[in-house]
Amino acid sequence: MAKFYYEDFTPGKTIEYGPRLITREEIIAFAAQYDPQPMHLDEEAGRNSLLGGLGASGWHSCGIMMRMICDAFLLDAASLGAGSVDEVQWLRPIRPGDRLTLRCIVLETRTSRSRPELGIVHTRHELYNAHGEHVMTMVAPQMLRRRNPGAPS
Amino acid sequence: MMRFFEDIRVGDKVTIGSHVFLAEEIMTFARQYDPQPFHIDEKLGETSHFGALVASGWHTAALWMRKTVDYRKREADAMRRRGEPVPVIGPSPGFKDMRWLKPVFAGDTIAYTTEAIETRVSKTRPEWGLVRLLNSGTNQRGVQVISFISTAFIERRDKTPL
Repeated sequence: MAKFYYEDFTPGKTIEYGPRLITREEIIAFAAQYDPQPMHLDEEAGRNSLLGGLGASGWHSCGIMMRMICDAFLLDAASLGAGSVDEVQWLRPIRPGDRLTLRCIVLETRTSRSRPELGIVHTRHELYNAHGEHVMTMVAPQMLRRRNPGAPS
Repeated sequence: MMRFFEDIRVGDKVTIGSHVFLAEEIMTFARQYDPQPFHIDEKLGETSHFGALVASGWHTAALWMRKTVDYRKREADAMRRRGEPVPVIGPSPGFKDMRWLKPVFAGDTIAYTTEAIETRVSKTRPEWGLVRLLNSGTNQRGVQVISFISTAFIERRDKTPL
């Protein structure tokens, strides 16, 4: 049974999760399958690129962040999925050995008139490395079931 | 788009490739990166609001990247064979307006396209042009399932600042 519903997420609520260690092996394994560009596969190619060293694919960064969101709260929430993402910024490459922490800040919430069983929680998700450097931001709406469908909000 | 910045026009559109999403691959991706019930198990998919196993939206997006890398490599190889210079494409700072318009089910074939919607020279790094791309994926029934807008740094032939 889900522990968290729409009503549990209010503007300003902040959830933190981590750290999670990123390995060289997983950076290369993801890149080999989904983004086989040299700077995601090889140290020297990374050094010779604008990344300045081996760095994870931006799409791997999205997967890492999504998994951390799942582990932080989403798997315990009455999720109805997400139909969109407003914006993702890849600010710094994720490197082998990085220990990443996730911070999720609820921006705004709203219910749906046409679908009274669900509410939408707009959240800004941020990833930081162990040096406190901001590596990635994602802003996205998450659809969640309501405890009290159709109740005034 | 595998061209120098100067050779890209707003409205240029290319088909970059397609991918068949099989159940095993959908579940393997999701177990690692998006383990929500409707992405990791066929039975749980059937009892979810989707009514069947569906691919993680991040999986659908990652395959756009893979098809783009393969497309650029094919184009670059063809340019080298013709003795033409090959443009360098730089890293992307991100994307916006990702829309997962319809679910991707096991067995669906998604065809991906990329269209240039804006071009400008980078003010801070004049050796690069910035191109905004509208990327899209459509299933075998002709229904669009994903779209998003990305930005790419693309090498200029002419490196002089504007």
